[in-house]
Amino acid sequence: MYGGTELVGEGILKGMAETARNFFGSFVSKDRLTTVQYPEERELQIEVARDFPFLVYDGADWQQGMRCVACQICEKECPPKCIFIEKSKDKKPDANGKPQFYPAVFDIDISVCMSCQICVEVCPFDAIKMDVDYSLSTDDRFGGLLLNKQRLSKSNDYYRKIHPTEAAEVDARLAGERARQEAKAKAAAEATLATAAVQPASGESR
Amino acid sequence: MIHLVQLAQQLDQVFVLAKHWLLGYVPAGVQPLCSAVLSVLSVILVFPLLFAIVTWIERKGLGRMQNRYGPNRVGPCGILQPIADGVKSLTKEDIVPITADHAVHFLAPVLLVSASFMDYAVLPIGRNMVIVNLNAGVLFFFAVGSLMELAVFMAGWSSRSKYTLLGAMRAIAQMISYEVPLVLASIVVIMQAGSLSTVAIVNRQATYTGIWPHWFVFTPWGFAGFVLFMIAATAESNRSPFDLPEGESEIIAGYYTEYSGFKFALFFMGEYIGMFATSGMAITLFLGGWSAPLSFLTWIPSYFWFFAKLLTLIAVFIWVRGTLPRLRMDQLMNLAWEFILPMTLLNIITAGVWYYMPTGSIRWFVCSCMVIVPCILLSRGLKQKKRFQVRTYHFTQ
Repeated sequence: MYGGTELVGEGILKGMAETARNFFGSFVSKDRLTTVQYPEERELQIEVARDFPFLVYDGADWQQGMRCVACQICEKECPPKCIFIEKSKDKKPDANGKPQFYPAVFDIDISVCMSCQICVEVCPFDAIKMDVDYSLSTDDRFGGLLLNKQRLSKSNDYYRKIHPTEAAEVDARLAGERARQEAKAKAAAEATLATAAVQPASGESR
Repeated sequence: MIHLVQLAQQLDQVFVLAKHWLLGYVPAGVQPLCSAVLSVLSVILVFPLLFAIVTWIERKGLGRMQNRYGPNRVGPCGILQPIADGVKSLTKEDIVPITADHAVHFLAPVLLVSASFMDYAVLPIGRNMVIVNLNAGVLFFFAVGSLMELAVFMAGWSSRSKYTLLGAMRAIAQMISYEVPLVLASIVVIMQAGSLSTVAIVNRQATYTGIWPHWFVFTPWGFAGFVLFMIAATAESNRSPFDLPEGESEIIAGYYTEYSGFKFALFFMGEYIGMFATSGMAITLFLGGWSAPLSFLTWIPSYFWFFAKLLTLIAVFIWVRGTLPRLRMDQLMNLAWEFILPMTLLNIITAGVWYYMPTGSIRWFVCSCMVIVPCILLSRGLKQKKRFQVRTYHFTQ
């Protein structure tokens, strides 16, 4: 009566055949079982995945290679005000060897963060990026969710691993900038050399 | 050879002999009482154990049908899951609504479980293995089975909640509707066996022509009766696709919404125990009870065959649950009153024709036609009667 189109119960039998196929098929082919056994197995996350911000550093040492120069733009732009930065008094050479300010304190309260990515958008130094780490649960409600500078720092290699396309783009841009700066420095050096060479000549001519 | 036959017979009767041996230690005056206690205790031990295993099988089987693993955390392959569930339900808080009728609210699960266990009094689990051989055993079975409806209604009414009341109303409507075809479908067997005693019905089927058994399911009316009985039994035990009284997605477990902890577990168990009992009755009536499916397999103990058939029927129940969606209330009622009930009535006539016609292939042909032709005509007719139209709601306009 509620079965298939022709015979009574035909639709029911078709459905039963389908479930039987699923039942036996799940023992034979592993492709049918799409369940990921979570704590033991983890699927790689897709490239556009993002949850909370982290700080990128170049090279091996996180304190040495920190890209952040404590300009505090992200702190000002953050809508829920979850970023707290204290600028350093002194300057330290950055990855390029140029003396820069650095954040003495850099805290993000991820219990407040709303993952809007505005900090990433406004950062002129490509120092803050979005992470994909989701196992952040902790038994310490306040301290455990207030990430300090050390916990936020992650290497550029890690960034390349989680967002390859984006990281390649950033790397190319930074390399281009560095090359341009080097060229400029070289040109400036040559110019000083030239003026140095010209000046004695002019003195001679005088 | 004779030795082997004797061994097989002893193995078949091992539980009966063990009981007699134990009864030898008590004075003759209390022997009947002790005998009853021993039989009842074994039923109370064996079937809840089966229930625990079946919940695991069901969850694993349903998982596989939906391409999942099912429970696989507790023990190897999740086999200890029922124990974990039991501990969980025992340690949960037992909440009784403040407006509930406390006495009835407490009695409902007790009545449900005890009624479902009473069904086993007349089920022959093996050769000479029946608690009481009533000469109205089938009648007793259905009478006790209808107590479960009362328990369901007690639960739904005493909780004083709209969901439980809706669930109870659905349950009563459904169970009463399907009780009728359930009993009518089993009448054919009673006609043929000429007895209401379950033991006599099984003995009647436990004979062989060549290697083939005389199970009632291997006759046109028996097969039709078996299918109709199983449909009605599914509805009686509130299982999918007839699980409207529970309707987890619409009325949140229906009549036992307001039960928690161990009382909830009791409802759950009562339902499964009832399902096993109805399956056991289907086996007794149509599938030859404890008798072996082929004559040369009779050396395997009778209780083994009973439980093998029971597990097969349970597997079919799980399979159906994994396949069919829930029916709507009007579909449920139409199926019962317009299709199953006329078919059971026709089946009774078929069984009568079978009884009076001489043995032979003509009898087979006539009775098969008497089953198949009305089935097709009835389903066609009902389908034509169904009109698809825009639904209008008279009471909301």
